Amino acid sequence: MELEKYPLGGTALSSAQADKVLTVSMTPEMKYAWDNGPAISRYLEELKNGRIIAKKCNKCDRIMIPPRMFCELCWCPTDDWMFVEDTGTVNTFSLCYVNWDASRLPKGAKPHMPAVIEIDGASPGMGMLHMLGGVEPEDVRIGMKVKAVWKKPQEREGSITDIMHFAPIEQAQKGRSKK
Amino acid sequence: MKRRRVAIIGAGITKFMRRAQETGKELSFEASRMALDSCNMTLDDIQCVSLGTAPDAFDGVHMKSEYLSDGAGGWRKPYMRNFVGGGTGVFAPIHGWFHVASGMFDTCLVVTSEKMSTCHPHPQGAFLTIFDHTTEQPLKPTLIWIFALEMNRYMTTYGITKEQIALVSVQNKRNALDHPAAQVAEEVTVEDVLNSEVLAWPVHRLDISPASDGAAAVILASEDVAYRYTDKPVWIDGVGWNLDTAYWATRDLYYPRYLEKAARMAYDMAGIKEPAREIEIAEPYDPFNYKMLHHMEGLLLAPRGKAVELVEKGVTARTGDRPMCPSGGALGVGNPISATGLMKIIEIFLQLRGEAGKRQVPGNPRCGLAQAWGDLMQVGTVVVMRA
Repeated sequence: MELEKYPLGGTALSSAQADKVLTVSMTPEMKYAWDNGPAISRYLEELKNGRIIAKKCNKCDRIMIPPRMFCELCWCPTDDWMFVEDTGTVNTFSLCYVNWDASRLPKGAKPHMPAVIEIDGASPGMGMLHMLGGVEPEDVRIGMKVKAVWKKPQEREGSITDIMHFAPIEQAQKGRSKK
Repeated sequence: MKRRRVAIIGAGITKFMRRAQETGKELSFEASRMALDSCNMTLDDIQCVSLGTAPDAFDGVHMKSEYLSDGAGGWRKPYMRNFVGGGTGVFAPIHGWFHVASGMFDTCLVVTSEKMSTCHPHPQGAFLTIFDHTTEQPLKPTLIWIFALEMNRYMTTYGITKEQIALVSVQNKRNALDHPAAQVAEEVTVEDVLNSEVLAWPVHRLDISPASDGAAAVILASEDVAYRYTDKPVWIDGVGWNLDTAYWATRDLYYPRYLEKAARMAYDMAGIKEPAREIEIAEPYDPFNYKMLHHMEGLLLAPRGKAVELVEKGVTARTGDRPMCPSGGALGVGNPISATGLMKIIEIFLQLRGEAGKRQVPGNPRCGLAQAWGDLMQVGTVVVMRA
């Protein structure tokens, strides 16, 4: 068989037709209450305290963030709770001009700067997805040392966003980044 | 384990397009009927049906397998959906292979169908919930982040430039000019790619495949039944799949270990010792241009960090020594997720039969491979095929 000898099915709509929406959406009144389990619940509580907590597996000796109740490699319950630093190294990053729904940031707006940050005190390679701040986009580098910039204690709510972002160490130590 | 040899004996595909007038059921019907026609079968000859389709969130239809079942010829037959995210298109024929290799069925219709255009304003929004609800979603991630983070890590680890990677878009979009189903086939230059809109640096618009509607289907048969319908069966000689941790930020993104494991599983089954020499033609999954390179390395078809040199030297061109994505890939033909993987399987099927028309690679290849990738960028699916 050759594809060229078959009339292929499917009718491509023109650009104008493709943009036309005849039927629109529903807004379902559904809310989800996710249980976070003992490990992530403790992680969130400690974020509220301005600290990052990890859990250790004594079998493979990994100190893991986010903390977890079982080691997925050794397949056994994890052991000790351990605090790790709120500093780390940029493993990789992006400069993003697109919102979560693919809409674009306003022209001239600073890009979002998501990064994977390897946290000091956790096992090598243990990274956290978070945002970079307090730094110009063109100055961000893989390998850059960064530190968490926390919300004020009274503003924290036990969420990953209690860390506003990670900033290069010198900027972070000056206190809250200018915003 | 005793297994029967399984052949692909027929194939069908619809056009890939940004938005199809047809429903997902109708697209499934078109692709399935073409596959049956291609080997002179009717639905009565089909003993079971395997359907692959990506997240329900694209369509806003819950239980999409039931929704698509009539178009996929599944009624009053053993029918089942499989789903491993973007890896689905190459997992679907593996799922069909189980049915036939096990001895349970002699024939299986494998259907993949996707309508991404239903989701507004953009199907990208449907991906928000793949991220962890507590530790990641509050950061409002977009799907492109993970590709941008992976691409940057890959480029930095090996010192590869965006100019080099752009060559993959140039090659695949050009290859797609010869594919009758293609959605975004065009002649572009490296400069066009570099000058296209920056979405999430290092990812630009022309580094990415489009969102698409489309369907594809293949017919599988056991060895004794295959020759009743065709004198040119293409054998599924190796299958592999593998999943890595969903704690994706805690593994190094520069190398897809899970894919190497999936590939080794498929190579062992097919008796392949030196993949870079024995795999003559391949369709690695290319939803982003760097992914073709990343996957060639995970598939052991290129040394780590060196895949881009093969593109630069023209080795991966259709006329090169090891053609990659001769179809035009997701970057050129389009990317209706599950149907893309099966489109790649179909391309290798046609190439090994010498029936790829203007896309036919020279040299009468006898052994090829198709691969897909997905979930939270940590699943690899691989099929090795021989003429």
